Amino acid sequence: MTTTAQDRSLLSRLFGARETGLVLIILTLFILMSFASPHFLTWTNMRAMTMAFSVEAIVVVGMTILLISGGIDLSVGSVTALAMVIAGLLFLNGVNPWLASLIAIGACAGIGAVMGFFVTYVGLHHFIVTLAAMVIARGLCLLGTGGRPLGLFELPDSFKWIGIGSIGVIPVAIVIFVIVVVVFDFLLRRTTAFRLVYYTGSNEKAAAYSGIRTKRVIFLTTVLCSTLCGVAGIIYMARFGSAQPTFGVGMELNVIAAAVIGGASLSGGKGTIFGAILGAVLLSLVSSSLALLNVSVYWQDIIRGSILLAAVTFDHYLVKRQAAGGRA
Amino acid sequence: MTLPSPLLQLTDIAKSFGAVRALRSGQFELRAGEIHALAGENGAGKSTLMNIIDGILQPDSGSIRIDGHSVRIDSPAMAQRLGIGFVHQEIALCADISVAENIFMAETAQSRRRLMGGADLIKRAAEVLAPLGDIDPRLPAGRLSISQQQLVEIAKALTLDCRILILDEPTAALTEHEAQKLFGIMRRLADKGMGIIYISHRMAEIFQICDRVTVMRDGQHIRTDRIADITPADVVNAMVGRQLDALYPPKLAGPRGPEILSVANLTDRRYKDVSFALHRGEILGFAGLIGAGRSEIARGVTRLEGNARGEVRLDGAPVVLRDYADCIAKGIVYLSEDRKGDGVFLDLPIAANVSALDLSRVARRGMVDAARETDQAQRIGATLKLKAASMAHRVASLSGGNQQKVALAKLLAVEPKVIFLDEPTRGVDVGAKAEIHGILRALAESGVGVAVISSEMPELIGLCDRVLVVSEGRVSGELSGTDLTETNIMTLAAPGAISGATALSGTLA
Repeated sequence: MTTTAQDRSLLSRLFGARETGLVLIILTLFILMSFASPHFLTWTNMRAMTMAFSVEAIVVVGMTILLISGGIDLSVGSVTALAMVIAGLLFLNGVNPWLASLIAIGACAGIGAVMGFFVTYVGLHHFIVTLAAMVIARGLCLLGTGGRPLGLFELPDSFKWIGIGSIGVIPVAIVIFVIVVVVFDFLLRRTTAFRLVYYTGSNEKAAAYSGIRTKRVIFLTTVLCSTLCGVAGIIYMARFGSAQPTFGVGMELNVIAAAVIGGASLSGGKGTIFGAILGAVLLSLVSSSLALLNVSVYWQDIIRGSILLAAVTFDHYLVKRQAAGGRA
Repeated sequence: MTLPSPLLQLTDIAKSFGAVRALRSGQFELRAGEIHALAGENGAGKSTLMNIIDGILQPDSGSIRIDGHSVRIDSPAMAQRLGIGFVHQEIALCADISVAENIFMAETAQSRRRLMGGADLIKRAAEVLAPLGDIDPRLPAGRLSISQQQLVEIAKALTLDCRILILDEPTAALTEHEAQKLFGIMRRLADKGMGIIYISHRMAEIFQICDRVTVMRDGQHIRTDRIADITPADVVNAMVGRQLDALYPPKLAGPRGPEILSVANLTDRRYKDVSFALHRGEILGFAGLIGAGRSEIARGVTRLEGNARGEVRLDGAPVVLRDYADCIAKGIVYLSEDRKGDGVFLDLPIAANVSALDLSRVARRGMVDAARETDQAQRIGATLKLKAASMAHRVASLSGGNQQKVALAKLLAVEPKVIFLDEPTRGVDVGAKAEIHGILRALAESGVGVAVISSEMPELIGLCDRVLVVSEGRVSGELSGTDLTETNIMTLAAPGAISGATALSGTLA
């Protein structure tokens, strides 16, 4: 098949320049790895790799939307762990696991609402409020479990299915991940409700001067991010069959890095779900490639940090070039 | 008599940014003791030329001479050593530190002393500020109004002991009163032998204060004349490179239409008992000093700030306006005075800007329809003569005048009944300014209620049919027809104009 100019413009219209670039980098890495390691292009490895980031990617979705609105959430790791702990404790006390999960997700939404309240109505910065929430939620996890993991081997198989089951050959967790990503990508690209998120993040004051109720937008994106953390926590619990109070330490950095590599900006107004997921895929691909190539685990952080720095630097120059070109 | 060498002489300056040639042949001559206006539309190359003088940019070719000696100015610090001071259009004060520390920032950076002076610094700052206005040097700069901040920027340059002073639109944020004070200071400095380069879009100011004027267009020197030998129309024509029919559109000829918006006894913290009526077909102006409450009244009516009490009627019927979203729904919109700060979304595409006030106009079942959104922007953009290659381009890529048209298009997209415009032509070049005035007149003729707030008196007088003057939060008078003059506006705008009612009737009689 030949690539005509029209095909290319269609491709960039579908994905945007950033996404196209990431897809190319991922494909290149993929092909290189298939030659470099015989274990890479196997069903087991593909499945393991996808499973490794699929649940965290649900949190990436929430974080990306929050970043677009101009916010940030450092508490995602702790809130994810708290969802596991709350649902786990309820289950151990005889509550139906599905009901326990709903309550846990609701509690996470509640934490989001409290953070949203402090950010919008009290007027504090997202960074500080969510930093406090990160520490508090972790404290609650340790308090509730006494610092020890909760064994949940009694969870019924019908529940564990969402973590370890498959539909045909596709793991359920991956199906859930794909649905969340596709749905939110569509909502964010097309719906008027989510367009307000871009307006608010791009320039909060200009949004207010366009009649947009910006506080409500920021409040709701904060709640959405925490709620998606709750969903991720429940899937992790079903997969591990346990609730670990120390789970997800450092998750916020991974998640923010993925969103930023995918084109989101810490100053808001920019980013797409699809781009952020590609960012997560790239980070995950690099990690598992390095593992397969027997590179020391200590190198992995250094390389991932460098990728983040490279992506942001690239962005910076792109914006500067656009600004200079625009002066004509 | 032979003339001494000019203080500053720029010859054949060229400068390109990538493929863009910002300057082709910049020529400029400044003599000691003169105030020399530099005029030209946005993009004519004025800023590039001034940035070269200040060492911010390096020319690709050409020569710079000071007192006849060729110099190379490779940094702003170098420019400062050569005695060049530059007051930029953009205010760049550190909001959290005191006015005094802001004023002596450059000096501190150069100084060998390790400690900042305390009381001494404040005393010296007070001395510099005294002729400019009543500003407490101990206050943090962020607490000052925009016009006071501009005065502090000017004070900063005055402390540098410079021989060449560049002022880039210093009066854009100043009240008429403050501007006159500044002109007095400029004249005194020039009389002491300083050369002043004065950049402004306002013909009245250029003709009041300057000795010579240089006009630039498309990166080239067009002409330099003594003010006494040239008319404002000549300058404007040289700037735009064609004849402008008239600076302002014709005023309302017939009788005005019925009341569309009336406000009675509007009261909030910053204003009291404000009442006015806006009619179909007319353009109503709001005059007054900055800080008098003009913008606050408009933002009070539209519920953008404060919590104003009072009665508002729309088309004769009382309305309750809950918030700005509610105002938009009822057809009352507000154009912000701070275009970049809150008027447009600089990083978003033009089309997304135009649709921001009411997405439902370009949406079906909650989904934004990209084709309809682009169509809407193109349709409204065309009526405003918006110059943009594509509606998908970011607003930041447009010139000031075209950005302002996007801000206006955003409001017109909701087909408003009443439109408040706060400084609608601030930072817009002469050509675009005349176009915007024409658009506002056309809007009024089509039955939209148009209210314009402006600090530029010629604009109020040239554009509006009727002007309300606001002084210290109250409407101090209304002017129209032959009474609509700068003197009358000034009299009514001065603080105390309301209590001094007798003096007022004396002036207006």
